[in-house]
Amino acid sequence: MTQLVLFNVFNGLVVGAFYALMALGLSLILNLSGVINFAHGGFLAIAAYLAYTLIPTVGFWGGLLAAPVLTAVIGLVVERLLIRRLYGRDPLYSLLLTFGLAYVFEDATRSLWGAQSLPYPVPAWLTTPLSNRLFFLTGYRVFMVVLVGAAVTALFLVLNRTRLGMRIRAGTHDLETVSVLGINVRVLRNLNFGLGVYLAGLAGVLAAGMLGLEPTLGSSLIMPSFVAIIVGGLGSLPGTLLGGLLIGVASGVTTVFLPSATEAVMYVMMGVVLLVRPHGLLGEVGRLH
Amino acid sequence: MRALPRRAPDLLVWALLIAMPWWMPAIGGYTELASRVVVMGLAALALNFLLGYTGVLSFGHAAYFGLGAYGAAMTLKYLAPSTGLAIVVGVVAGTAAALLIGALIVKLRGVYFAMVTIAFGQVFYFVTFRWNSVTGGDDGLTGWSRQPLRLGPLALDIQHGERTFYYFALALFALAAAGMAALLRSPFGRTLLAIRENERRARFLGIPVERHLWFSFVISCLFTSLAGALFALLNNFTDPRALRWDLSGNFVIMAVLGGMRSFWGPLVGAGVFVLLQDFISTRTQNWMSLVGAIFVLVVLFFPRGVLGVVRRRTTA
Repeated sequence: MTQLVLFNVFNGLVVGAFYALMALGLSLILNLSGVINFAHGGFLAIAAYLAYTLIPTVGFWGGLLAAPVLTAVIGLVVERLLIRRLYGRDPLYSLLLTFGLAYVFEDATRSLWGAQSLPYPVPAWLTTPLSNRLFFLTGYRVFMVVLVGAAVTALFLVLNRTRLGMRIRAGTHDLETVSVLGINVRVLRNLNFGLGVYLAGLAGVLAAGMLGLEPTLGSSLIMPSFVAIIVGGLGSLPGTLLGGLLIGVASGVTTVFLPSATEAVMYVMMGVVLLVRPHGLLGEVGRLH
Repeated sequence: MRALPRRAPDLLVWALLIAMPWWMPAIGGYTELASRVVVMGLAALALNFLLGYTGVLSFGHAAYFGLGAYGAAMTLKYLAPSTGLAIVVGVVAGTAAALLIGALIVKLRGVYFAMVTIAFGQVFYFVTFRWNSVTGGDDGLTGWSRQPLRLGPLALDIQHGERTFYYFALALFALAAAGMAALLRSPFGRTLLAIRENERRARFLGIPVERHLWFSFVISCLFTSLAGALFALLNNFTDPRALRWDLSGNFVIMAVLGGMRSFWGPLVGAGVFVLLQDFISTRTQNWMSLVGAIFVLVVLFFPRGVLGVVRRRTTA
């Protein structure tokens, strides 16, 4: 029993790490540009499929490095051509536009790579369990948690230590002033969007190794990321991280006792958080009202 | 347009609706498609009560639509062979959920409100998807059908006559539309407009804003769940897609495509969207991309919607 609970807690942590990685990208875009990027799941799936296509030529590590970057480039183009036109308008319009893009992306992956699910090749040494007693600690799972941890650390370093990160943080609080100070806000928003999409892409490549490839990969992961942002608190990146891990572990534990409520438990948590702390666990009161 | 009587647009809409089973085949449709236009139109009108008239962005209305559908379907399958009871149960289920969730979210605004409604929109999807033994899971709920209506001595065979069902749905649509129009003309409806235009000022005037938003949300979801119940009856079937996030987005695009700032706009949008979707999906496998393209094009080039553009032309 303890073994089972431990297994599911760890599993929940792994899944929560995906949610968090994806939600951090969503959060970045939402905080700076006020855009709810519904196409985030679509970007995630595209990265996973790109990696699948690249692996035969560039290998597992090459795919892991290249696919998120290529996806981020697609993100930069999409922002430049479509989303940029909607800044300053009712958030309804950017939401609808990215919603339409989510349809297009899902359909595109289905047409290009087929509707059936594909196995994602992972090196053999990563799939063997690390210990006989704790059979669930396969190398890949541990590897994923480590990599997500590294990515999140790198993200916070970029945001806190680099000029770009400083500008993003400043813009999140007062974009107009940042603009007045002579910083090109258009470029800033563009790069920020690319960074957010990069995180989605990384989450996608990692998720593919565990869940396999399916055109609906993105749409199945996007809802939990929304929940993660709300639980953690809008406008707070550490909150988003915490929210993602929390709902992952919560649904992992629920799987042991009541499998049919695996997903529902996240929404119950969200309801409770909204009731007790309407602005989320670490959210700032008054932000994004 | 000025020379025409004020009621002219309303009369035109009703004439088109009443005659739809006749003109629908002429443009390549069929009676069932006409019923779908009316049902989706009702859902879009109900959403617009919140979106266009209260100014609140709700992106999770499929949940209440689906609860209406499952409420009706499960009543007919498990409780009693009564179409009337099925509709009542569906509407009660959707409204009860809206009362609860609405109370949790009325304090939120803008993007935050939208995100929370999106997320909450998925709860019931997962519940129906997972709870196989009762809801039929992913395969949907089958093994039931709508029953003939008996109103005293009058018997309406909506079970077999597609056209009879169309008029039955249209009658309920008319009641709902009249109800919403009356609410919007009432002091309550005017207050909603005031909140949409300037929430802070409304608050200064002593209007309990949260309570009004809550009522508006519940009313909107009530009529959406009615549409959902009718949708299940129309198809004699329901599955988790009736409450998935993509349907919520479709409702919003219907409202925007037709014109959010006019009462009939969402109905026009629903008509265009349902016909286009039917037309596209019977011709190409890639219908999703084309529907997605509709979203993108409407947002970029047509944000005022059909009636928004018409109104601008006629008043300019």
